[in-house]
Amino acid sequence: MPQTARRKNKFVQGLTGLAKKQLFIPFVALMLLVIINFIADPSFFSITLGTNSAGNPVLSGNLITILNNASELAILAIGMTLVTAASGGQDISVGATIAISGSVVLRVLCGTNTQVSTLQAPIIVAFLISCVVSMFFGAFNGVLVAKFKIQPMVATLILFTAGRSIAAWINNNRLPIVSDATFGYFGNFIPGCPIPTPVFIAAACMIVIALVLKFTNLGLYVQSVGINAQSSRLNGINPAFIKFLTYVILGLCVAVAAFIKVSRNATINYSVVAKDIEMDAILAVALGGNALSGGKFSISSSVIGAYVIQFLTTTLYSFRVQSDALSAYKAVVVIILVVLSAPIVREKLSELWKKLAPKKAVKEAN
Amino acid sequence: MQNDVVLEMRGICKYFPGVRALENVDFTLREGEIHALMGENGAGKSTLIKVLTGVYPKDGGEISIKGVEGNAVIKSPQDAQRAGISTVYQEISLCPNLTVAENMYIGRTGAVASWRKMNSGAKRLLDTLGIPTSPSQQLGSCSIAVQQMVAIARAVDMDCKVLILDEPTSSLDEQEVAKLFKLMLDLKNKGVGIVFVTHFLEQVYEVCDRITVLRDGKLVGEYVIEDLPRVQLVSKMLGKELGDLDSIEKKTAKEDIHSEGEAVLKAEGLCSAAGIAPFDFHIGQGEVNGFTGLLGSGRSECVRAIFGADHVTGGTITMNGKKVRIAKPLDAMKKGIGYLPEDRKQDGIIGDLSVRENIILALQVMKGFFRPFSRAQAEEFADEYIRLLDIKTASADTPIKSLSGGNQQKVILARWLLTHPKYLILDEPTRGIDIGTKVEIQKLVLKLAGEGTSVTFISSELDEMLRTCSRLIVMRDRRVVGELKGEELTQDKIMTTIAGGDM
Repeated sequence: MPQTARRKNKFVQGLTGLAKKQLFIPFVALMLLVIINFIADPSFFSITLGTNSAGNPVLSGNLITILNNASELAILAIGMTLVTAASGGQDISVGATIAISGSVVLRVLCGTNTQVSTLQAPIIVAFLISCVVSMFFGAFNGVLVAKFKIQPMVATLILFTAGRSIAAWINNNRLPIVSDATFGYFGNFIPGCPIPTPVFIAAACMIVIALVLKFTNLGLYVQSVGINAQSSRLNGINPAFIKFLTYVILGLCVAVAAFIKVSRNATINYSVVAKDIEMDAILAVALGGNALSGGKFSISSSVIGAYVIQFLTTTLYSFRVQSDALSAYKAVVVIILVVLSAPIVREKLSELWKKLAPKKAVKEAN
Repeated sequence: MQNDVVLEMRGICKYFPGVRALENVDFTLREGEIHALMGENGAGKSTLIKVLTGVYPKDGGEISIKGVEGNAVIKSPQDAQRAGISTVYQEISLCPNLTVAENMYIGRTGAVASWRKMNSGAKRLLDTLGIPTSPSQQLGSCSIAVQQMVAIARAVDMDCKVLILDEPTSSLDEQEVAKLFKLMLDLKNKGVGIVFVTHFLEQVYEVCDRITVLRDGKLVGEYVIEDLPRVQLVSKMLGKELGDLDSIEKKTAKEDIHSEGEAVLKAEGLCSAAGIAPFDFHIGQGEVNGFTGLLGSGRSECVRAIFGADHVTGGTITMNGKKVRIAKPLDAMKKGIGYLPEDRKQDGIIGDLSVRENIILALQVMKGFFRPFSRAQAEEFADEYIRLLDIKTASADTPIKSLSGGNQQKVILARWLLTHPKYLILDEPTRGIDIGTKVEIQKLVLKLAGEGTSVTFISSELDEMLRTCSRLIVMRDRRVVGELKGEELTQDKIMTTIAGGDM
């Protein structure tokens, strides 16, 4: 009997532990979406191999669309998670800085022309310059938050407001188009590879951040600063620098996301590109169960959160929801998910498990 | 239930994952008595109070309250309030940015309708209790003692039958404590039953009528104060006879040899933005010295200046004869200085991080951003120090905030011991922790000194300082006013130096 009791205990602990895991909620949300789609229409998941206009093999299907379209958001979620954890606030200027960064890419590739057949500079140079510019704007936000101790939301409101005007100024209000085929590889397909390139870029970003977290103390420092900056300082950490650093990292994420965006369409419209993406990025962080007030974080949860958001959008489209009504439906689902991931609800859920589990265990014992 | 019993708890049980916080604990409180709840850290005092006030649901047992039929059901702090139980916690849980009056009436639905009524009601109550503040003053601008009293006034005004004071005196100076005691005695005479949780033995014997002792989540017993001399109380709390303190006492006698060896650290004309007058300071190898003075005399500010915790505005520091520059804590850490800060919650712990991460933090920062410890290495460090300092935690993965105060302090201590400092500054390491841990920490300080580490020890308790330090720097009004060593180290001499003049 004591043995069964012990087993029962372990069983209960396992279940309650699972419900408390940060990954649990975004993961369950993802699974729910999968199940709903599976019941409604199993063909949602079909993937077909076809050829595109250039005659190259490409995979198509809803799952591919989700993976592909969520790439920018997933990349932004990485940086947004760090910013949130360290500074206890969010950067709402990422959409605007994507416009800036994308415009820089176009400016470097096209020079002052609106349409070029030969690129004015190598693609890698354009990308690197946009990275520098983007990180500079990240640093700008970082200084306001870390040094001048302005509320992150307010500090980034400056670029949120001014960003798209700056983007317009970079290309003299024009929308240059890059007609170079190689440039399109990054946002579409590399000839011969049937999987969209952004999927690889997003994966690469995740690998990089995973390695950074493994081989540096970024995670420990960011969490310490987010939880208790004063105490962190007395342990030799420089909280202002760590906060600053997270904004610069987010700047880099913005540059990568902007690069994919420009490459997808060979151009961007600075006034509408990545509109409201900052809100989705923040949502991804929240869906991942990260406290928006900072502290402990899980990037993988945020990234899954980003894919959940895209999965939801695609699902709603497949249910033929009008694109105008999309946000309303999304909001409803988001409310449910966020409430479910609230600590209070999770506590209650794990209590519920505890009550249910002993009965099951008794049944098993019998 | 007897007539004068206001609160009776029978067979209270409370379990946390892996811990039996309370097992079959009884507690009885009578009208008009001050009842001390004593026990070491982790004995279950706080848990018992949280069960009583509805913060934690109980896992077993019964609570009955005078005026409430049958067993009282307390599921939330509001329920407790309605039943006439009010609590003032160790950390003041009022809103510093609201006024005194607002704080007194906040969260009490239907209590007042207008600002004017609220302010005049508050004024009347403050006057009757003799609390020196005005209703419209912002609470944050009052001293901690006044804030504490406002919290009590708030509790009293809610017609409480039971008032729980959880460590109310830990951040008060003597005068303020006296005021608080007067308030407590007034309330007692009005028939309020007061539960008083404290670590200060003198205070227990000063005001209490009865003592209930807990140990390891179990009831040791309930005693009338006259029947329980101090030594017995201590041995009941510790569960063993007290010879430890004596052995320490004897040891200090021969510790006086270190005084003018080569200075491990020497500061000249050091001053900081925290507003202390420039001071000189030195400490030899293996020496234990201390800063003493009243609360707010600048003793913490001095050590913070040495560690670079406050912005240093002038002066020089030499270590082992070499001039060094300490502009920020990391500089000090790299020079082998460790600093256990006074305010454990604000400056010490990283609440949500695990015990393990809290232990390795300082060493990890010193090792560098790009060289994280492997998981296995970190676990080894944590396990070693959890064992060494006997830290009571469910596991190394437990968030430090869920540990008891004394164990949190041990974690912070472990953090600095792990860096193997040449010079360790301990600012109030024993505040708010139980006698057993206090003795352990004092012993540890002497052991470290024996191994050649220099230690600066700050404590509000003079006898603790006398037991451990061989030299005391006395402070008054943010300035060093004297230095005592050898024969001069007596309680009387220290007090006259603190007081100044020819007293």
